[in-house]
Amino acid sequence: MATATAPPQVSATTRPSKKDKEPKASFSDRWLNKGGWVRRVPLLPALVFTIILTQIPFLATLIISFMNWQASYPDEIAFGTLRNYVTVFTDAGLRSSVFFTVVLTVTVVLVSLALGLGISLLLNRSFFGRSIVRTMMITPFLIVPVAAALLWKHAIFNPVYGLLNGILNWLGGPQPDWITDFPRLAIEVQLIWYWTPFMTLILLAGLQSRPGDILEAAAVDGANSWQVFANITMPHMRRYLELGGLLGSIYVLQTFDTVFVMTAGSLGTANLPYTVYETLYSAQDYGLASAQGVVVVVFSIAIATFLLRTVSTLFAEETQ
Amino acid sequence: MTTALAPAPSKLAASRKRSSAEGRRLGSRRGNIVAGIAAWLIGILFVFPVFYMVLTSLHSEVNASTNPPSFFAPLTLDGYREFFGASSGASPWPPLINSAIASIVSTILVILLAIPAAYALSVRPIKKWTDVMFFFLSTKMLPAVAGLLPLYIFARYLGLLDNINYLFILYTAMNLPIAVWMMRSFLADIPVELFEAAALDGAGLIRTLRSVIVPIISPGIAATALICFIFAWNELLLANTLTSVVAGTAPVFLTSFVTSQGLFLAKVCAAATAVSLPVIIAGFAAQDKLVQGLSLGAVK
Repeated sequence: MATATAPPQVSATTRPSKKDKEPKASFSDRWLNKGGWVRRVPLLPALVFTIILTQIPFLATLIISFMNWQASYPDEIAFGTLRNYVTVFTDAGLRSSVFFTVVLTVTVVLVSLALGLGISLLLNRSFFGRSIVRTMMITPFLIVPVAAALLWKHAIFNPVYGLLNGILNWLGGPQPDWITDFPRLAIEVQLIWYWTPFMTLILLAGLQSRPGDILEAAAVDGANSWQVFANITMPHMRRYLELGGLLGSIYVLQTFDTVFVMTAGSLGTANLPYTVYETLYSAQDYGLASAQGVVVVVFSIAIATFLLRTVSTLFAEETQ
Repeated sequence: MTTALAPAPSKLAASRKRSSAEGRRLGSRRGNIVAGIAAWLIGILFVFPVFYMVLTSLHSEVNASTNPPSFFAPLTLDGYREFFGASSGASPWPPLINSAIASIVSTILVILLAIPAAYALSVRPIKKWTDVMFFFLSTKMLPAVAGLLPLYIFARYLGLLDNINYLFILYTAMNLPIAVWMMRSFLADIPVELFEAAALDGAGLIRTLRSVIVPIISPGIAATALICFIFAWNELLLANTLTSVVAGTAPVFLTSFVTSQGLFLAKVCAAATAVSLPVIIAGFAAQDKLVQGLSLGAVK
């Protein structure tokens, strides 16, 4: 989407349009319409900076993905091959990493969205120590992701001295080696713990933006809490659920830290971002790494298309 | 509300309505207590790993590695001493300083670039300003791996690998879209009359920014800066690919704890706590604006 939406604005900012011919009545209108270029200058540094550092590298990735370029064979660099894409979709290991990326994203986003909805509904009630609980709920999200992954790997999932097996030991339960026995589940649980606070925050903001007068009217009319939930809360929350789900998908799709720390991509847990890193860093196959990167981008575009629609609806409401 | 009953004028109906409203209030008070207990339990469940991390960081290595865990073991700062290189001699200060440089410098750059951009997108909007907004947003959706390889090759050929300057420039690009979106929403709240007055008094762009805009939106700038700081401080993929010994950041340093090294749980927890501390402080300071930043300004 980045490339799809880029051209219009670039032309919009570089084409000097001097056709401000609307009737200029008030001072504010006149002032607001003065000088096309003067108005664009403040925007340009940020825009140029962003284009250079995000669009150009992506274009380069796209070009390199069609190249045969391995660092260890500098004489065999050549352009014009689909070999990398064929490899991405035919190599069993890579196919599994595409598959795991989808499973991981969907699982983590749906579970943390559902948990986030439940928790935000609880946090929206008034009870003793509500702001303390809200702060406690945010805390997981304020641990540096690498540190959070280390914490879960060593302090919680460790089979010998981890917290989980410690509690199971108390209860006389079994002592499984969590990461080895359930590698994907371990990563999913860690990520759900990390992302549920994010969903909770977004959904709580949504709940608190429900129009108060309508809620009051419903209470006066004797609507019960289930009717309020089904007829007012859910329709209003739909967009916030979409926003949380889509933003979450974009972030979770890019998960690298947790996989890198917890399993280093072993035991079938290498998702696409980790695989790109490994292909680039260990295998030094630049062409293949680029093709993998492009596949991640294609997934992101699919999600982003929906996300942009949701954000623009919220945005249009806000700027009305 | 659509199920609203027709107003019943009879006294009986009115009293029934009142009593049922009272019942509902009581019920909802009871509901609040139940919800409160449930919320507390869930909150404790979510915060417990963090609490356990801090607690373990204050235990001795022997007490940290018992099964079942010894929650009430005596507290010690040995884990932190070890993290700061008491016996290994490996100081975490260079990576911490690198992280501070990358995060703080990139945040300052982001703010300096974002405020004028947000001005051009809200106060005196250029044509098609919404398109520009969505262009910024769409770059945030471009995953880091999309540009990782060219950025790596570029750095390799120009000798920018393991260079903290390269990293903070990339972090600036990474956070700029968030900052532009947040700043725009803060600027859009300023009444346009203020700008008219400044223009009538002959204030130019720089003067208007400095004397009118910045003082008004300084809380917003602070929140945006804190959020950009958090994202830059947390970043691992770019740092791990583009830096190593010299310019490695704190998250890169943390990856040295990935493989177990004997009894080291207290040290790991101390490291995780120490490295997370700036983010925890920044996050609590920006708590009210956190949602806005995380949702790229879409939620207020």
